[in-house]
Amino acid sequence: MNEYQKGERILDVQDLELGFNTYAGQVQALRGVSFHLNKGETLAIVGESGSGKSVTIKTVTKLLAPNAVIKGGSITYKGQDILNMTDKQFSQLRGSEISVIFQDPLSSLDPVMKIGKQITETLRIKLKMPREQAKARALELMAAVGIPEPEKRFDEFPFQFSGGMRQRIVIAIALACNPEVLICDEPTTALDVTIQSQILELIGELQRKNDLSVIFITHDLGVVANVADRVCVMYAGKIVETGTVEEIFYDPRHPYTWSLLTSMPSLATSAEDKLTVIPGSLPNMVHPPKGDAFAARNRFAMKIDFEEEPPMFKISDTHYAATWLEHPDAPKIGIPEPLKSRIAAQLAREV
Amino acid sequence: MTDERILEVKHLCKFFYAGKHSAPMKAVNDVSFHINRGETLGLVGESGCGKTTTGRTVIRLYQPTSGEVWFNGKRIDGKLNAEEARAVTSKMQMVFQDPVASLNPRMTVEEIICEGVKINNLYPSREERRKQMYRMLDMVGLTREHATRYPHEFSGGQRQRICIARALITQPDMIIADEPISALDVSIQAQILNILSDLRKELGLTILFIAHDLSVVKYFSNRVAVMNAGRIVELSSSREIYDAPMHDYTKSLLSAIPVPDPRVEKKRKRISYDRRQDYGPDDHPQLREVRPEHFVLMSDSEWEAYQKA
Ligand SMILES: Nc1ncnc2c1ncn2[C@@H]1O[C@H](COP(=O)(O)OP(=O)(O)O)[C@@H](O)[C@H]1O
Ligand SMILES: Nc1ncnc2c1ncn2[C@@H]1O[C@H](COP(=O)(O)OP(=O)(O)O)[C@@H](O)[C@H]1O
Ligand SMILES: [Mg+2]
Ligand SMILES: [Mg+2]
Repeated sequence: MNEYQKGERILDVQDLELGFNTYAGQVQALRGVSFHLNKGETLAIVGESGSGKSVTIKTVTKLLAPNAVIKGGSITYKGQDILNMTDKQFSQLRGSEISVIFQDPLSSLDPVMKIGKQITETLRIKLKMPREQAKARALELMAAVGIPEPEKRFDEFPFQFSGGMRQRIVIAIALACNPEVLICDEPTTALDVTIQSQILELIGELQRKNDLSVIFITHDLGVVANVADRVCVMYAGKIVETGTVEEIFYDPRHPYTWSLLTSMPSLATSAEDKLTVIPGSLPNMVHPPKGDAFAARNRFAMKIDFEEEPPMFKISDTHYAATWLEHPDAPKIGIPEPLKSRIAAQLAREV
Repeated sequence: MTDERILEVKHLCKFFYAGKHSAPMKAVNDVSFHINRGETLGLVGESGCGKTTTGRTVIRLYQPTSGEVWFNGKRIDGKLNAEEARAVTSKMQMVFQDPVASLNPRMTVEEIICEGVKINNLYPSREERRKQMYRMLDMVGLTREHATRYPHEFSGGQRQRICIARALITQPDMIIADEPISALDVSIQAQILNILSDLRKELGLTILFIAHDLSVVKYFSNRVAVMNAGRIVELSSSREIYDAPMHDYTKSLLSAIPVPDPRVEKKRKRISYDRRQDYGPDDHPQLREVRPEHFVLMSDSEWEAYQKA
């Protein structure tokens, strides 16, 4: 089954277009989303809420709401077209090859089923494992995700677990069938930082051990810097910049990426630095604006940004940005302050 | 900022009793700190450590189990007469985490903002009240047209602005902001922080800024108090907390915060903190001044050991 080698393209999403039918009209949630995932790597998807991150992964995992309409594009997993698979065909993959973890562990656990059974259930259904063997494996998994005294906790219910422990159980269930791809949708957003840090370490460890490929969705750029090999920055239903984690943090090109990087203080932000406020809000996605959807909030916007949608300009083999600023004829404005000095200081520092 | 202490909290305890026979929940356990006029003190710690209970006890929403709260030179924790109570409610105001839950959906923005003014009988004439209300709307970046609308017509960030306007109209000396940005979308958080920051400059406000996010607290506060399991474990300037943390809990908290710098982040090592047994009655845990204006919680024996080392 593991015929894919490290670094090979395991998942390929091309030009995904998707709308939601609502009374107010069709919400254009995905407007040509393309990205890929390589075997063994972590791809982070960032963007403010409403930009289409969850919809993207729900499309990949066929968990879309019934009012969704897929209008175009393709999703290929190990050479198979999964966009056009039936739910029945896909259910063979879900859980056993592609697993998802959501933000709220409570919503993915059954409140009235014992913790242990929730794990063995998956093993028995997906892998047709006999009862005894499933229990042994479940205990192994609970230990692997750092649940102390798994035998004792096996028969407890979700309400007896803290938030961090519940998220560990969700991870144990997601990993039960040795998936190839693990998709995490803001798995640590509701947790305290010390618990978040432990969960990130755990996912990283399991990834190295099992050669997992991971898609990690978050709005926390610190978390991105921690987990990601590559990054996609998403805005209004599009990937507006993609690159290696170093390219995105040390050589960002899209004005939206610039604002994201300076809109929240980090421990290194000095009290004198003003935070960048991204004015306004996401555009109305029933009638997305002409041109670059970020133009109205972009202080560097040029005339063409309001008229024509920018293509993805190539910066390196791994780095692309959809902004007219990358056009050869555009004024060379470069990274604005205070981001420019911050990056220079980061790169000058010994680590 | 001056050296005048606008708020002084001494040995504050707030215990919750679930039943006669079970041990009390010591939500706030012997907490002492002060805030100078015009200063922002950050209170930071993980969920359940007692931040909200501290804030609510200071502002008289809870009756303390023991300890004292002094505000503007007067003791305010016990029974107050009507006039004294009014002086506290108008001069100390609170902004809550959840702007949705803290606004009455059936009141217009004008009614919401003016409620506290009416209760405290601050601007008896309707004209004057209105004028003040418009001034508040303007200060928090809303417009006059917003006054006649209802909370559901606003986004999360706008609702938090309404809450701030409501808190400011009584011209308070001090604001307790309990996780004022935690429930907001990231892109809105910076807006609210910037507004609070401008207001504090303009009005010389004193702020007790409560949050679980140490990066935000460090950025926004002059001094920081780190809380763990009902106690303040370390208190110093925000620079020093970050540059030279002393308490193991502070070190652990700092080491867990991801920073947006991949080269640093890929090498970050988390320091784990084993929550120790709570102190016994003979340990006398208190904040000890290890460097000028830098306090760390230590028992008598820990303090002795520290001084020898
Ligand atoms: N079932 C639905 N019906 C209508 N609109 C939806 C539905 N699900 C999501 N959307 C819209 O799609 C956009 C993207 O949402 P989402 O992917 O959840 O954003 P996020 O980046 O925060 O995960 C939003 O504008 C959201 O309101
Ligand atoms: N009204 C209450 N009754 C009983 N226990 C409470 C009450 N309010 C808070 N607590 C408990 O006190 C502790 C501190 O809570 P809180 O002050 O809300 O913490 P924080 O704001 O730091 O998250 C928690 O263990 C909480 O469960
Ligand atoms: Mg989402
Ligand atoms: Mg709280």
